Amino acid sequence: MKEFTPAPDSASIVSVTDRVKPVTLGMGVTSVHFLRDRAAFVGGEENVAFVDAQGEISTVAVHSGGILSTATDGKRLIMGGDDGKVVALDAKGEVTLLATDPKRRWIDAVALHPDGAYAWSAGKMATVKSGKNEEKSLEVPSTVGGLAFAPKGLRLAIAHYNGATLWFPNMEGSAEFLPWAGSHLGVTFSPDNKFLVTTMHEAALHGWRLADSRHMRMTGYPGRVRSMSWSAGGKGLATSGADTVIVWPFGSKDGPMGKEPAMLAPLQARVSVVACHPKNDILAAGYSDGTVLMVRLEDGAEILVRRNGTPPVAAIAWNAKGTLLAFADENGDGGLLEL
Amino acid sequence: MSEATSQKIPVTVLTGYLGAGKTTLLNRILSENHGKKYAVIVNEFGEIGIDNDLIIGADEEVFEMNNGCICCTVRGDLVRIMDGLMKRKGKFDAILVETTGLADPAPVAQTFFVDEDVQKNARLDAVVTVADAKWLSDRLKDAPEAKNQIAFADVIVLNKTDLVTKGELAEVEARIRAINPYAKLHRTERCSVALADVLDRGAFDLDRILDIEPDFLNADDHDHDHDHHHHGHDHHHDHDHSHGLKHYHDEDMQSLSLKTDKPLDPNVFMPWLQNLVQVEGGKILRSKGILAFHDDDDRYVFQGVHMMLEGNHQRKWKDGEARESRLVFIGRELPEKAIREGFESCIVS
Repeated sequence: MKEFTPAPDSASIVSVTDRVKPVTLGMGVTSVHFLRDRAAFVGGEENVAFVDAQGEISTVAVHSGGILSTATDGKRLIMGGDDGKVVALDAKGEVTLLATDPKRRWIDAVALHPDGAYAWSAGKMATVKSGKNEEKSLEVPSTVGGLAFAPKGLRLAIAHYNGATLWFPNMEGSAEFLPWAGSHLGVTFSPDNKFLVTTMHEAALHGWRLADSRHMRMTGYPGRVRSMSWSAGGKGLATSGADTVIVWPFGSKDGPMGKEPAMLAPLQARVSVVACHPKNDILAAGYSDGTVLMVRLEDGAEILVRRNGTPPVAAIAWNAKGTLLAFADENGDGGLLEL
Repeated sequence: MSEATSQKIPVTVLTGYLGAGKTTLLNRILSENHGKKYAVIVNEFGEIGIDNDLIIGADEEVFEMNNGCICCTVRGDLVRIMDGLMKRKGKFDAILVETTGLADPAPVAQTFFVDEDVQKNARLDAVVTVADAKWLSDRLKDAPEAKNQIAFADVIVLNKTDLVTKGELAEVEARIRAINPYAKLHRTERCSVALADVLDRGAFDLDRILDIEPDFLNADDHDHDHDHHHHGHDHHHDHDHSHGLKHYHDEDMQSLSLKTDKPLDPNVFMPWLQNLVQVEGGKILRSKGILAFHDDDDRYVFQGVHMMLEGNHQRKWKDGEARESRLVFIGRELPEKAIREGFESCIVS
């Protein structure tokens, strides 16, 4: 398949299930990321399994316990564990210990900056390490739910209860609080650096336009949103949590304010994970019944990648070129699709 | 117990006022040779004397849900910890949550009802309250937290009974019963209670809301055997004896029990109950009921925590079984007259 070619307006869906290389990992999987051209499937505990395009699996031990958080820049993967450690894994499979919490607290969240800086949180404390600089820490009012670096400058967003805090670690007293009642868990900047969006404990997203801190409420989900992905160019934010892929429009200066989201690829199952293609207006979505679809953002046309009938899809990712799609369900049964 | 329920990981919540002996009980549970592995969520690291890599320190972070329900508070830290623990499924059989001495058990319990992900993987088994026989009577007067913990309990471990006289013990039990006559009560020294009496109680399992008679009215052989075993004959005598001797009425925390042998109209009862917990949910800590509806051969059971209710048809009424409806509310300043009248209006005339 050279390009996205769904069946022209027919009831039957185009299937590429026979072209998927099955991958059996034999461990619970929570996410997948590409490090160069190998897929790195992150286990629920202890291990990461590399899978190359031939389907060859090699496993690397990264934590001595549960793996709670992951972030990647395509070159390395950093992870936080319930062993109180922050570790990095590079594309060669080498593991580096980056930090250890002195009290061995859980590392709940991690983030990775394009220039190599990284951040982690334990409890209420978020810490940033950039280049040769010292570690800088900031305590927020409650436990950190999520971390994200801004696409420009060394700026960290910290999601917590009742809002998010924006912080320039290299500027004393720069923490700025964006309030919104409730528990904020995940957080992401729009690629154009204009918006900040959090996933909430409630079945909703919340957003702020950074120029004026204007609120954007994105509600109506039947379940909690656990997966978000910016479309190529950042014009849309695709999300899990409903029985369709919900894509919020971020193309204009007002973001999704006053607009309806696109609702694509409806199934009789909840979307559990989403991953937008890095170059084209296509996304891949995994569902709670094990289905994996590729969906064209423009018109919602679908291609079936994996049939239903398994545990929920827990992990999905494209490689940087957009030529490989990797996915796995909660039990570690997955696949690789080469485009 | 349904299959889905049994696969969920049971969670026992240990509460109790400062110094009552929660940590002693926790250490006992962990050190006993039961062949089970527990994940333990504690508020204070370092007090647990047992080596266990699944001890997690928690900051009790309570937040309000944005769902318009003012008493709908949950423990955000528990949501997060449960999420992390589920990555290590299979490494432990059950979860123990120890709260701080001043904690209100409601947000902990509510976390297991309102959070979809938590609910999918875990079930609240019981709220176990450790109480200090010597000081509880005083605390019930001056510490609203202590009263909450007693009112909320499914199991009460009345500890340090060796430090009080029989008379004092009878008094403290009477005070407990004035607030919560339904919890199972165990008298202990150094928290030496049989683990089966505090773990795997199924107190929130609808299928196990079998009888909601006050604990001391039950001919509970198990309970007697247990006390007998640990405390000897003398105590057994005391146990029988202590009931009904004194009767206290707690001014602000009470239980209210309703009963009828006439069928209820579900079309009247359900809206009434929903409305009651909506309006008075702040005052109602716990509620339970077994209901006989008009023209319905199935028993209906429900239970609730503050404004949250869950209920279901449980099973067919058995032949010869009295088709009685019984409800119990435990709460603060319950509007008894209004509740009784509302209940009466649900009876099919």
